[in-house]
Amino acid sequence: MFADFFYVLRDSGVPVSTREFIAFLEAVAGRVIDPDVDQFYYLARTTLVKDERFFDPFDKAFAHFFQGAEQTLALVLKDIPEAWLKDGPQRLFSPEELEKIQSLGGFDELMEAFKQRREEQQKAHHGGNKWIGTGGTSPFGSGGYNPEGVRVGEEGQRQKRAVKVWEQRQYKSLTGEVTLNTRNIKMALRRLRRFTREGNPDELDLDATIRETARHGVMYDVEMRPSRRNTVKVLLFFDIGGSMAPHVKRCEQLFSSARTEFKHLESFYFHNCIYEQVWREEHRWEGRLSTFELLHKYNRDYRVIIVGDAAMSPYELLQAGGSVDHFNPEPGLTWLQRIRETFPHSVWLNPEPENEWSFTHSIGLVRQAFPGSMFPLTLDGLTAAMQQLRRSAPPPRTAPPEQPQPHRG
Amino acid sequence: MTGKRFNGTEAYIATEDLQIAVNAAVTLQKPLLVKGEPGTGKTMLAFEVAKALGMPILTWHVKSTTNAQQGLYEYDAVSRLRDSQLGDDRVKDIRNYIVPGKLWEAFTSEKPVVLLIDEVDKADIEFPNDLLLELDRMEFYVYETRETIRAAQRPVVIITSNNEKELPDAFLRRCFFHYIKFPDKDTMRRILAVHHPNLHEELLKEAMEVFFQFREVQGLKKKPSTSELIDWIKLLMVEHIPAKVLAELDLSKELPPLYGALLKNEQDIHAFERLRFMQRRL
Repeated sequence: MFADFFYVLRDSGVPVSTREFIAFLEAVAGRVIDPDVDQFYYLARTTLVKDERFFDPFDKAFAHFFQGAEQTLALVLKDIPEAWLKDGPQRLFSPEELEKIQSLGGFDELMEAFKQRREEQQKAHHGGNKWIGTGGTSPFGSGGYNPEGVRVGEEGQRQKRAVKVWEQRQYKSLTGEVTLNTRNIKMALRRLRRFTREGNPDELDLDATIRETARHGVMYDVEMRPSRRNTVKVLLFFDIGGSMAPHVKRCEQLFSSARTEFKHLESFYFHNCIYEQVWREEHRWEGRLSTFELLHKYNRDYRVIIVGDAAMSPYELLQAGGSVDHFNPEPGLTWLQRIRETFPHSVWLNPEPENEWSFTHSIGLVRQAFPGSMFPLTLDGLTAAMQQLRRSAPPPRTAPPEQPQPHRG
Repeated sequence: MTGKRFNGTEAYIATEDLQIAVNAAVTLQKPLLVKGEPGTGKTMLAFEVAKALGMPILTWHVKSTTNAQQGLYEYDAVSRLRDSQLGDDRVKDIRNYIVPGKLWEAFTSEKPVVLLIDEVDKADIEFPNDLLLELDRMEFYVYETRETIRAAQRPVVIITSNNEKELPDAFLRRCFFHYIKFPDKDTMRRILAVHHPNLHEELLKEAMEVFFQFREVQGLKKKPSTSELIDWIKLLMVEHIPAKVLAELDLSKELPPLYGALLKNEQDIHAFERLRFMQRRL
């Protein structure tokens, strides 16, 4: 009976190994618990599930398997999985949409309707205008067009709709707290380690000790040296323009991994393309920093990683005043070239799939500014990018970047 | 195997799932990995388990510079070198310069102990992998003296993590796992009763009300947790804030009194202000 449970769990995406299952059986046999369904459930969870992410699929599988066998029916999750609700309305709607929903009776009512429909609905569903599924005009589901729709589920590309300007966007904060699945990313980032010995001598230097002792003859002469530390310095730029929305999760993972991996890490945010200023904070006007100042503040051994889809109107790159949300005195491409000249160690990570790059004109333009340095935001791409960043610096530039024209705005 | 069971203690309220996790780990002699929001009593748990089972506790606080070897033993070559110049007799025996780590102490203790490995995620990403064999077999080899240190009595190992780094699968497979979820209102009331036995009923009710509303605020970087609530109530009592003040408090207009105990960074205070601003607009 329990052996089937093992496969049910694996089918539901809970990564259980044989070893853990044996431990679970031992625990059952070892009379750790009273013969009680609840206790049995807790025991199974503590022995078989090793990450709170899998609690929800585990609960479902447990309920599914023991349904009817015992009074575990109560465990069937009638409620909506928490992850769907956790971020609340701010994440899912723009302020205008929120206002509209408010006028239609508020978010709570919408959720109430959602729950009802979910109970009515039994099967997966795609298209149409009532049931929850994909590609429909019902307010619930993903990939749809209803302005007050609730997006259901994490996967799937939303229809990209251009959202006008800075001020109105609710930028999802790239907090470093998201650490799901970041282990591989960290392993890739590790390639960018540069060990040097700096600071307090706190380690015995055996070779030097032997050498010095031999030289002095009788007395031991203990030599110490500083221990090895990673001293690579990184500047990280994130595009938080509207078209990046489907990639937010991967960017968050990259950001949180980079934050723990690199001690000297500075991060900045921009919208579509880097112009004369960047943002320190992802959702505030106050943290503005002039890009020109930035080019002078950090020296050329900083490694620069730019994350963006580089998908924009070519005017945003080629023309002064071409930016979508402010008047830019100089074209975006000029700024990208300045960055490239100032920081020879720079790469561009593009979350769009590599085989689609050639369909977007602006990606081609950005690639010209970063020749051979655009990589897809995948594990392989990241690994290649880190290798590129590790290479020794090309010869220093001859002239400093020219002073940009003063700008208004 | 100890016949004793962990059912929480006078100073620590353990939910049923937590009790089962601890008892399963103790009975089957597996390490127990505990995760949960900061301030929900992960570290406290180890101390209370030790108290309940009547075992001494050894704690190994992991830092970013900790490596696995430090938990086993360290060979103090520098002292030995110095002693050799002074002609100390100790120098002849290398054992005098092997400094046992926490795992060694736990393995060789006469009585079974509780070993707390605190904040395992703070260390390097490979750290847990380096302890696999040691935690699995409860033994390790000392190269300098060519001896194997084996646990006479397997210690109860409790490991805490704050989720800063993902732990390797091989490590997870060897542990039992418990996620301390944020206590519901009933559990919270019991926890508070344990910490503040003289708390006025009225104040308790109002403070809990404000606190749980407070946690609902969207976009907080660090939601206040159990330990913050305990501190906050202590402050409220010291300052003699009447329950009435809390009852009349409107979170959409003002911050609660002594909010410094609940909000730990200025970004969260900003988040709060932004929220108030938005509500005013609606």
